[in-house]
Formats: sequence, structure tokens, C-alpha cells
Amino acid sequence: MAAGFKTVEPLEYYRRFLKENCRPDGRELGEFRTTTVNIGSISTADGSALVKLGNTTVICGIKAEFAAPPTDAPDKGYIVPNVDLPPLCSSRFRSGPPGEEAQVASQFIADVIENSQIIQKEDLCISQGKLAWVLYCDLICLDYDGNILDASTFALLAALKNVQLPEVNINEETALAEVNLKKKSHLSIRNHPVATSFAIFDDTLLIVDPTGEEEHLATGTLTIVMDEGGKLCCLHKPGMFFHFSLNRC
Amino acid sequence: MAGEMQIDTPIRAETGAEAGPRGPGCSLRHFACEQNLLSRPDGSASFLQGDTSVLAGVYGPAEVKVSKEIFNKATLEVLLRPKTGLPGVAEKSRERLIRNTCEAVVLGALHPRTSITVVLQVVSDAGSLLACCLNAACMALVDAGVPMRALFCGVTCALDSDGNLVLDPTLKQEKEARAVLTFALDSVERKLLMSTTKGLYSNAELQQCLAAAQAASQHVFHFYRESLQRRYSKS
Repeated sequence: MAAGFKTVEPLEYYRRFLKENCRPDGRELGEFRTTTVNIGSISTADGSALVKLGNTTVICGIKAEFAAPPTDAPDKGYIVPNVDLPPLCSSRFRSGPPGEEAQVASQFIADVIENSQIIQKEDLCISQGKLAWVLYCDLICLDYDGNILDASTFALLAALKNVQLPEVNINEETALAEVNLKKKSHLSIRNHPVATSFAIFDDTLLIVDPTGEEEHLATGTLTIVMDEGGKLCCLHKPGMFFHFSLNRC
Repeated sequence: MAGEMQIDTPIRAETGAEAGPRGPGCSLRHFACEQNLLSRPDGSASFLQGDTSVLAGVYGPAEVKVSKEIFNKATLEVLLRPKTGLPGVAEKSRERLIRNTCEAVVLGALHPRTSITVVLQVVSDAGSLLACCLNAACMALVDAGVPMRALFCGVTCALDSDGNLVLDPTLKQEKEARAVLTFALDSVERKLLMSTTKGLYSNAELQQCLAAAQAASQHVFHFYRESLQRRYSKS
């Protein structure tokens, strides 16, 4: 009978739970789902991490390759994130070019990397003006149950901590790069940004870590990324919102 | 049908055509808005903020593809075309922000199973681009006669390395700023509809920028009102 009510009036079904300050899966309004992290699972990648936030699963693999540094910044390398939401993770995604959700998520991750300065791009430079590392970060969602942004940020950070780059020397005579695979070093992570997503219900209630259904029913969502100091990329998508409750987040 | 009207509202007496020196604290650049300048779309508007200029066109409510239709409200679509090059991921992300802002404000329930398309073309970018896009979209939606529960406006704040707040920054100010925050506010209660930020800042600075943006939005809404009054009083 409850299942019937849920199908016909999903919003009312949810409101009944929210009145008692809890959610259908038994969580409090401010509680995250159980998080699991598995680091270094992909041996062919230079760094990898798998994050599970409840059912939402995101895997991040990082590959490092060589490239010439940009002409306007010859002492910087590149970090290129890409979020992929394949049809595997949810029936709402079709195969083909990346849809809007995937593009927005990729842009969000790129903004987080740039704003929080997780890695100084200068650290990725091997030889000024000639050679630099480019880190391709591929984030693939294996199971979509809401809150993809938090899971992706977390997976990216974990994978970056796992990356080991080999030592590279430029041979003076041949001007070729010599890679020493025996000597590897970790990247220096300057900052540890943490993303928190909220769903806004009926313009008043804030719930943390929304599942797929909650995201669908919510009037708006809000994502805040914080580092050890202050806030970073605060990306807010609407529903009318009282600004004083930003403090509650 | 009333033709185009050029309306200028200088916010501070000292601003001329230059994007140059402004007083410290809150002053917005010179605004201008022109409506109904394109013949094909149902509504169109061109919004200028200093040297930043965006042209918006609105089609709707119009027919929608069966795959995209929503049974109880209108499907809103936003297309943002950059000045040069093909639209990329950054444009997609901005389109999503503008679309969410419009969806919160447009009364889609009055036109179910239809589509409302907002097309934005960047004519020139001299800072505060997203805010200018939001303003142009709002004016174009009004020109098209799309029912809305409130008007909205975009305001950009930049925080420089000393912690000074600059409203409506130019491109140079944005590049040198430590953080750039863009807010969309509604006209009825100055509530926050959308916010997107770049850079590092603290909670106190966020509240400060939000308060400044709310004060600045007064000017923008006043400008909207005047501009519409002048347009409709002549015809």
C-alpha cells in the first residue's frame, strides 16, 4: 500500500517522512550515506580511486602523459578532468556525445581543481617551455543514485593522492626525455576540498546527500565545496532560497 | 507595434562611456537596454552593461518534441552562443545556470507541453558576462510576454586580494580578482535564485557580497521598471 502511494504521489510520500525529520532510507536530514573508498584498484592507470556514496559509484583513473606547455604559461602543466555518465549508470542517459549533465559535472570538477589549487600546475612542469606533464582524469559513474558531484570530487582527490609520477630527465645531448620508472614520487597536494550537496524541499528544508529520487523531487539543489580554510566553488541551482539559511549549511 | 527604444540610465553621475575609474564600493556600470529589435523571435532584447553586450531572443510558448515534453509544465531551453568559436563545456554549464534561474521564475504550469526557448548571443565581453546574460534573458522574456512570477537580475561581485568588493567588474578586474561571485536575485523579495562562484573566499565575505548584490539589484530593477514604463507609455 505504501508502494502504491509512493508511485501515485511521490512528493506527499516524501513530505510525510520529512515531517518526522527523517528520510525513507532511515537517514537523518543531515546524515551522509555510508562512504567506501578503494584506492589504487586500476593497475594500468597512474592513479585511481573508487568511491561509493551509498549506491552512487564513481571511479576515477588518472593517466599522465607528456605535452608541450602552453605558450602563455611555459612553466605550467595541464590537468584535464572529464566526467562520463554512461547509459550503464542510469536509464536517463543515452549513448553518444556527452549530455548536459556530464558536461556540467566536468566543468564543475575543472572549476574545483582551479579554484582550490589542489595541485600547483607549476609542479607539473618538467622543463620550462619544452616538456610538461598532462594529467588526464577520467571520472566514470558506474551507478547513479544522486549526488554525483560530491562523489566525483572525492574520487578525484583520492586518485590524485594515489598518483605516482616517474622521474624524468632531459638528456642534454639528444634533447629527449629519459623516464626512470624505478623512481616514482607522489604529487604534492596543497589543498583538500570537500564537496557537500544539499537538496532544497519546499523552499525551507535542506537535506544533505540527496539520493536520485530526492534530487528529482527537490525544488532545487545546492553544492558547496570547502577546503581547509574558507569556501570555494559554491554552485547553486535554484528554487527560491532564503539567504540566511546559507549559514546552516 | 511600438518600435525599438534606447534607454540609458546612468547609475552614478560620473560614469560616462568609459569602463574606467569608479568609486570604491558599490557602483554599477552604465546600463542600456533595447527591446523588440528582432523580427522573428516572439521577444528579444539587447542588454548593455558598460562594454559588455548580450543579445537575447525568446521563442515561445511553441511546439515541443515529444521526447522533451513535460506533461504539466513548459520545457525551458537555453542556448548560449559565445562571441567566437563553437560553444563548449563552459557554455553548457552557464546555460544550465540560466535555465534553472528561468525555470524558478517562469510560470510553466500555464503552458504545459510547450517549449520556451531562450537564445543568447554574446556580442562583446568586457566582464560580468553571466550577469548581463541573465538581464538580457529577463528583458527578452518580458518582451515575449511569457508569464513570470517575478523578474530576475544578475549581479557580479569581485573580491580583490585586499578584500575590497567591486560590483560589476570589468574583464581586467575579474582577472586580477581573488574571487568572482555571480548572483541572480528575484524582484519580489530579493531572494537568491542562483549563485556561482570562482575562487577562494570566506563565509563572511560571501554574506558581504550577497548584501551588496541585493542593494545593487535595486538599481537594476528600477532600471527595468523605467525602461518598460517608457516603452509602453508611448504606444
